[in-house]
Amino acid sequence: MALVEVRDVNKMFSRGSERIEVFHGLTLDIEQGSFTALMGPSGSGKSTLLNLVAGLDRPTSGTIRVGGAEVSAMTATQLAGWRAANIGFVFQSFNLLPVLTAYQNVELPLLLTRLSKKERDERVRIALGVVGLDDRLDHYPRQLSGGQEQRVAIARAIVADPTLVMLDEPTGQLDAASSQEVLNLLGRLNDEFGKTILIVTHDPSAAKRAKRELHLDKGTFVEQEGAAP
Amino acid sequence: MKFWTLLRANLGRHKRRTFLTVASVALALFLFASLRTVITTLAAAAQFGSARRLVTTNATGFVLPLPVSYANRLGTVPGIEKVTWANWFGGRYGDGKRFFATFAIDAESYLDLYPEMSVPADQKAAFLQDKGGALIGARLVDLFGWKVGQNVTLQGTIFPGDWTFTVRGVYTPTDPAINDDAMMFHWSYLDERTGREGLAGWYIMQIDRPDNAANVATTIDDQFRSSPFPTKTGTEQAFNASFATMWGNIGLLMNTIGLAVVFAILLVTANAMMMSARERTRELAILKTIGYTDRLLFVLVLAEAGIITVTGAVLGLGAAKALYRATNFNGGGFLPGFDVTWATMAAGAAITLLLMLGSGIIPAAQAARLPVVTALRNVE
Amino acid sequence: MKIPILYNLRSMRARPVSTALTALGIALVVAVFIGTLALANGFATALVRTGSPTTVLVLRKGADSELSSSINRETASILASMPQAARGTDGRALVSAEVYVVIAAGRIGDTTAMANVVVRGVGPEAWQVRSNVRVAEGRLPASGRNEICLGTKLVGRFPNTGIGQSMHFAGRPWEVVCHFTAGGSAFESEVWGGNEQIMPAMRGEVFQSVSFRLADPAAFEDAKRALEADKRLTVDVHRESEFYAQQSQLLGNILRILAILVTSIMAVGAIFGAVNTMYAAVASRRPEIAVLLTLGFRPGNVLVSFLLESALVATIGGIVGCLLALPLNGLVTSTTNWASFSEIAFAFRITPGLLLAGMAFAVVMGTLGGYFPARQASKIEVVKALR
Repeated sequence: MALVEVRDVNKMFSRGSERIEVFHGLTLDIEQGSFTALMGPSGSGKSTLLNLVAGLDRPTSGTIRVGGAEVSAMTATQLAGWRAANIGFVFQSFNLLPVLTAYQNVELPLLLTRLSKKERDERVRIALGVVGLDDRLDHYPRQLSGGQEQRVAIARAIVADPTLVMLDEPTGQLDAASSQEVLNLLGRLNDEFGKTILIVTHDPSAAKRAKRELHLDKGTFVEQEGAAP
Repeated sequence: MKFWTLLRANLGRHKRRTFLTVASVALALFLFASLRTVITTLAAAAQFGSARRLVTTNATGFVLPLPVSYANRLGTVPGIEKVTWANWFGGRYGDGKRFFATFAIDAESYLDLYPEMSVPADQKAAFLQDKGGALIGARLVDLFGWKVGQNVTLQGTIFPGDWTFTVRGVYTPTDPAINDDAMMFHWSYLDERTGREGLAGWYIMQIDRPDNAANVATTIDDQFRSSPFPTKTGTEQAFNASFATMWGNIGLLMNTIGLAVVFAILLVTANAMMMSARERTRELAILKTIGYTDRLLFVLVLAEAGIITVTGAVLGLGAAKALYRATNFNGGGFLPGFDVTWATMAAGAAITLLLMLGSGIIPAAQAARLPVVTALRNVE
Repeated sequence: MKIPILYNLRSMRARPVSTALTALGIALVVAVFIGTLALANGFATALVRTGSPTTVLVLRKGADSELSSSINRETASILASMPQAARGTDGRALVSAEVYVVIAAGRIGDTTAMANVVVRGVGPEAWQVRSNVRVAEGRLPASGRNEICLGTKLVGRFPNTGIGQSMHFAGRPWEVVCHFTAGGSAFESEVWGGNEQIMPAMRGEVFQSVSFRLADPAAFEDAKRALEADKRLTVDVHRESEFYAQQSQLLGNILRILAILVTSIMAVGAIFGAVNTMYAAVASRRPEIAVLLTLGFRPGNVLVSFLLESALVATIGGIVGCLLALPLNGLVTSTTNWASFSEIAFAFRITPGLLLAGMAFAVVMGTLGGYFPARQASKIEVVKALR
């Protein structure tokens, strides 16, 4: 069984009187431990797929299963709990709460658990260590560079040890050097820690780092050959 | 609780705004407590009165006198244990700017009937012995620096001329509803100087049992009904209550203003909360993606409103209670025992709850219902 | 080059809720301000109008109110024949020896609350001595009869006050034969009867005061000196208007202090509200402000523009506040004037001056509240704001 099973999904948006079909009969598997890049033109619906898999949005029809759970059928409250345990999400920008330090930002998902303060502290430090920012615990986002901010966001995404880490254009606003930092980190998470990574991007170097590329074409994703093994 | 860091960080986002909002709540509740205390103080004064004391005044109007010969006749009415009387003297001290009550009393029987006026034994004896002596309230000592043994001169207003008395004792009321700034001297002195007219202002009597009050009152009033000086008798409580009602619609006025104040502050607080909420749609969306439930966010936003309002309330109500106690405020003598009651504090707490809900509920509901996807898309 | 006001108006419309809440907060403060001062105003007016500068009030020396004064018949007749008093068309001196007493009367609808109502026994010339007193309905009390004339403020608030009805006090009935107005003054809360009827009913043997109209309106000082120097009399001579003004001091001051205290505290809260709103407005409009600056407007223009906007919101609040307070005008309420120990009914009195003061107050609050945010707006650095 694949980690993520998308079956025959249609997704339609209404914008005013217009109806736009983003996906039509989309069927897709994401295997456990894979590193997949979703690519396609701007506004084509790449982010929408992430939202559907995370349960932030519902398909018009079809089913989505993640780790066996039927995400497309859960209630909002169920999804919240499920997301907290299973998904880590990183956006292109403005991931962090500016009023909290790096440490406090990373701790946010753990506040939803029953872990003690000591246990939370342990995990936060580990997560920040993995992303290489354990010397920046008490810094506020405005004191961090763009790349560092994204790495903190990734730390937050993995601190609860989720099955799936999803990133929406994580390097979109970063310069080359910072992008490399972030992509290296993602590579490590996948190779060393076995995290399943799903990344939406139109940065070719990011796509190259992934082990599988999917291109959105006419409402469905098409496999792109030639990705790194 | 573990979300404290998040709440505190949010409130610290705009420290100035948080401070101003808390200060507004504090001011409003201070004002509310003060206004309500005017009402409760007047009510307490109106409630004061022993259940075993009756007051008899001239039925036509209590500014008219009663013959002092009534004293003996009242004493024989069944149910009456003790009788005393007093006259309003009026009088002005110095420039008259600080008014205080002055009474002429039948000293021994009056002090006997009012054990709430506590006077040291030696001072009491000295006062009883000196016909030109005076008993002063403890506050007068603070106000004018008078000392036992010194002479005090008042300008008579109703009874013309200069009236000099020797301070023989200081009384301290055991009940805060009693004025602690009155001055008392001997009725016999007043009577003598005004030509022995034998007129008393009003009578106070002690009855054997509280439930006898109505009967005794009727008996007395029936007895004097067709005399040249008809009487009106009632419990001391009723007598005091009638004074409180002389203020008129003061209760309505205070309540109306209080309501306006609370409402105005509600607007300020609600505005501040909504501003904060508007600026944070993005962050709320991110929390939802992390897995924070709608309900949790609702509670957190409401809790933020709660912290602001409760902090303001504690400051405002606390300041009111402490300030009036510390300064021994009594409204220039008109509001004896001015003290914020626990009932008023409770009312303040209820208002705080209202403020919290009123200002927080819309932002909280908006946060709960925030559609994550749209919110994320808008700001990116 | 000034920033057009249209910009401010549009911006206010773009944040309707915030603007409305702030304006409403200011409106409430202005309403309370006007309301409480109208109360103090009404009270002071009623008392000030009570006295006329050409009427002289004579009390016993040292008495601080009519209630505590006493003037015997001898003194009264000396005063009645003095030259300083004006004479009526029939040649009689316009002098009125008066009995002043306060009785207990229950108000309609609230039988437990006793009000102290003034009963004034007046001389036959009293109706001429006081120029602002007019019979509104009925006829004057006939001499020798237990008849009374009531001030209009008593009518309807106390039982048995209609013409033809009888009020009961001092152990006998008194027939109501007329109602009189007195220019909104304290007299309108009084019961007037003949002094020779009232005095014995109250078991009194003396008058409380003597009032007379000055023959020469400018000759008050002379009259005062003459009477106070007269060895046969021990009196204090007051100008009636000044006397009543002074009687209103205690309660008038209390009401005024209450008004100022309450509205000051409320104002601080409202100003805080305005400050919050304006800071938020400035923060959300940073890019716009930067654009304005690049277009050539100066920081000073920005400052003025935001100050103006804050003042504009406050003005709206002020107008709403005035409208909220207006219904109070003319509302009759009553309380006890502790100086004279009598009940006085008076009406809330809102004057154009008071409304103007309310508006000015609103603008001040808005300007104070908007100052620091406006200053911050004017200090925005273009480069940073446009990033």
